[in-house]
Amino acid sequence: MKIYSGKIIANVLMLGLLAGCAQDKVVLLPNADGSRSAVVLKTAAGEQVLDQAYEGASISSSGKVTASQQTAESVQTRYGQTLAAQPKRPASYMVYFSSGNNEITTESAAAIEQMKTDMKSRSAPQITVIGHTDRVGSVEANDALSLKRAQLMRDMLIAGGIPEAQIDASGSGEREPLVSTEDEVAEPMNRRVEINVR
Amino acid sequence: MWVIKLIVLLLVSGAVYAGDDAGLVKNLSGVATIIRGEQQMPAVVGAHVLVSDIVKTGANSSLGITLNDGTLLSAGPGSTLVINKFVFDSNAHTGELDVSLKKGTLAVVSGKLAKTSPKAVIFRTPTTLLGVRGTEFVLETAGE
Repeated sequence: MKIYSGKIIANVLMLGLLAGCAQDKVVLLPNADGSRSAVVLKTAAGEQVLDQAYEGASISSSGKVTASQQTAESVQTRYGQTLAAQPKRPASYMVYFSSGNNEITTESAAAIEQMKTDMKSRSAPQITVIGHTDRVGSVEANDALSLKRAQLMRDMLIAGGIPEAQIDASGSGEREPLVSTEDEVAEPMNRRVEINVR
Repeated sequence: MWVIKLIVLLLVSGAVYAGDDAGLVKNLSGVATIIRGEQQMPAVVGAHVLVSDIVKTGANSSLGITLNDGTLLSAGPGSTLVINKFVFDSNAHTGELDVSLKKGTLAVVSGKLAKTSPKAVIFRTPTTLLGVRGTEFVLETAGE
């Protein structure tokens, strides 16, 4: 058995570097929502677009890009541990209210349970609660009502076991309608609290 | 005199290193470190990641960060990444994101910034500037 000296091994590694072996790699993954996507790579040697799912590129230290088609399996093999550390995706929920008051519609009450379950499944969750109103009533009264709706939602979450420190509640009044209307028009879609969790 | 020098030094280093809040560590497996100027701290779940922070994962370790615009970053074993820039207006959803992968692997799911300000979202490796168009991808580098 031949024993190579450290110096020879070091030289071989150097040769590998000089030959411009792959320095960096990129693989485009399919978007979870199925929408089209792309990345644009700019290197010393030029520009290249990856726009097919699992399209990969190896980039040499001189910036030369070599394309390669990867698969779900090859990505899992090489990057499984990296992908497993990905945080849970942010989610949005909408809770609707009756006209002019602080009462949650029966349809929305059921959705709240699902939302609480999602929140509890997350590590270090950050939650924003934003109240909205329709345009019935004065701007000032709607600012107050939207904040009340947000605070009600926050209190329900706290009662459901979500720590208060993780929740940020605010009111936007009638300024951010989902459906645009004339003033003093009742619009159920706008009487809502938007909850974002990440 | 040295007191003034010390104060000036503290002010300067404060200006350089004091970063805005960029995100939160959500997942950790093994060990990871956040380097903030002269400080080093363990990257525990719930730790804030600030602009200019360097985040390093140990051997056989991995870490997930959610940035405040909803961008998901996850680093594999033996990785080093730097949050060069993060600016996010939570009302307009506009801003800037610039992240370097110095070593190892990084998986990305882009967030609101890539939708509203795609040209202001950049990922860097030693050889490549990567621009995103509403995207999920993995990046790897052997280092500099």
